[in-house]
Amino acid sequence: MKLTKTMKSIGLAMVLPLASSLAIAESIVVQSTTSTKNSGLYDYILPKVKADTGLTVNVVAVGTGQAIKNAQRCDGDVLLVHAKASEEKFVNEGYGVKRSDLMYNDFVIVGPAADPAGVGGSKDVSKSLTTIASKQALFASRGDDSGTHKAELRLWKAAGTDPKAASGAWYRETGSGMGATLNAAVGMGAYAMTDRATWTKFGNKGDFKIQVEGDKRLFNQYGVILVNKDKCPSVKSEAGQKFIDWLLSNKGQNTIASYKVSGNQLFFPNAN
Amino acid sequence: MLGDAFTEAFTLIVSVNPELLEILWLSIQVSLTALFFSIALGLPIGTSLAITEFPGKKACVTILNSLMGLPPVVVGLLVYLLLSRSGPLGVLGLLYTPTAMVIAQVVLITPIIAALAYQVMDDLHREYRDLFQSLGIPLTKAVPTYLWDARYSLVTSVLAGFGRAISEVGAVIIVGGNIDHLTRVMTTAIALETSKGELAIALALGIILLTLALIVNAAVTTVRTFGLRNAYV
Repeated sequence: MKLTKTMKSIGLAMVLPLASSLAIAESIVVQSTTSTKNSGLYDYILPKVKADTGLTVNVVAVGTGQAIKNAQRCDGDVLLVHAKASEEKFVNEGYGVKRSDLMYNDFVIVGPAADPAGVGGSKDVSKSLTTIASKQALFASRGDDSGTHKAELRLWKAAGTDPKAASGAWYRETGSGMGATLNAAVGMGAYAMTDRATWTKFGNKGDFKIQVEGDKRLFNQYGVILVNKDKCPSVKSEAGQKFIDWLLSNKGQNTIASYKVSGNQLFFPNAN
Repeated sequence: MLGDAFTEAFTLIVSVNPELLEILWLSIQVSLTALFFSIALGLPIGTSLAITEFPGKKACVTILNSLMGLPPVVVGLLVYLLLSRSGPLGVLGLLYTPTAMVIAQVVLITPIIAALAYQVMDDLHREYRDLFQSLGIPLTKAVPTYLWDARYSLVTSVLAGFGRAISEVGAVIIVGGNIDHLTRVMTTAIALETSKGELAIALALGIILLTLALIVNAAVTTVRTFGLRNAYV
């Protein structure tokens, strides 16, 4: 008897703080791509957002594909991803109010220092991919319908190569996030395409370095969208818009530009 | 790498890193709450299954035993679809809260506690059923006796449930979202650090989690040893 009473009170003590944490004043959920989180950008800007607007921004960082699906199920107020075509589709189908350009950076192809395909220093991504394919050098792909994965598939297509045919051979689809894919790539000495921000902050580079960069086609645009209240009545439109307005404001854009990791700027604002 | 990890773990602990404490505390809070509800559900389920006879009982036991192997990712997905704003319980707004993580863990560990409790109670019931019947002791009195007699074995099953809850990542990362200062627990923090390539920090967090499990188990073992010693006095 006494035992059950004690257990009940323990249970209550455990549940009460959980219940109270639901009643956070003004908070929004942002369905986001992983690179903005793994690169530390949110850790840098969100305290400033909080100070300026009072908003608590809860970031769920998943791949772009999953973020869009989650937002379609109304499990977010704002979408911040990097796959323009999918973003525009999201808005056109009525799930999003409006898409705004937010910032950009670029993709790079990283690989082992030994550079088995000999693509190091190339500025031609198509040619590099063709070379990797013809030499059957290992290449680790996200394979998870993320923004980076979509961009990678576009580049393969542009290069006129279908790596899918070699899936499991030299073309390895990890089906995981950017970090996990980079860990796998470093582990097996495979080339991989990543956004520069994630790579710069990545802590397990091994002997890997950037092999291909500087091609215009490696451009990586991030967009931000408010989820539409008409489709999702639970969306906190005002708070979400407040966050977007802050990001697109001069202050927000300057803050994004001022985020640096070991002296390198990781994101370049281009809202206007 | 392992050396780095131990150094990192040690630094994190001695510096009383507030962020680490927050994550650690949330882990404990979520898993203990889940454990509480799982005991409240699992113990009666396991016990009633042990002391009653009905057609299809064997099938029930088999199902219960297999549910112990529920893949966390599947549980996470089911709870996500249930709690999603567009799901049947979406109006509650529970997704991406610690409560959602508790629900997922309850689904995961209730079968473990129920199945292990069933095993313990079934053994006792087989042994004492005839004796109690001949003495005219009703089940309502027999069950408390069983529970008391089996308390140390039951504690072990509760520990198994707690171990599963505190170490699980697949379900809580889906329904909790690994949100900083809101739903980040030890396991999802480990997943995040791994994805950032910060392997030493990830391993350090793993060491701390393991230490926590060690402390809990040592505490329970102490209680158990103490209790057993007293039982023979």
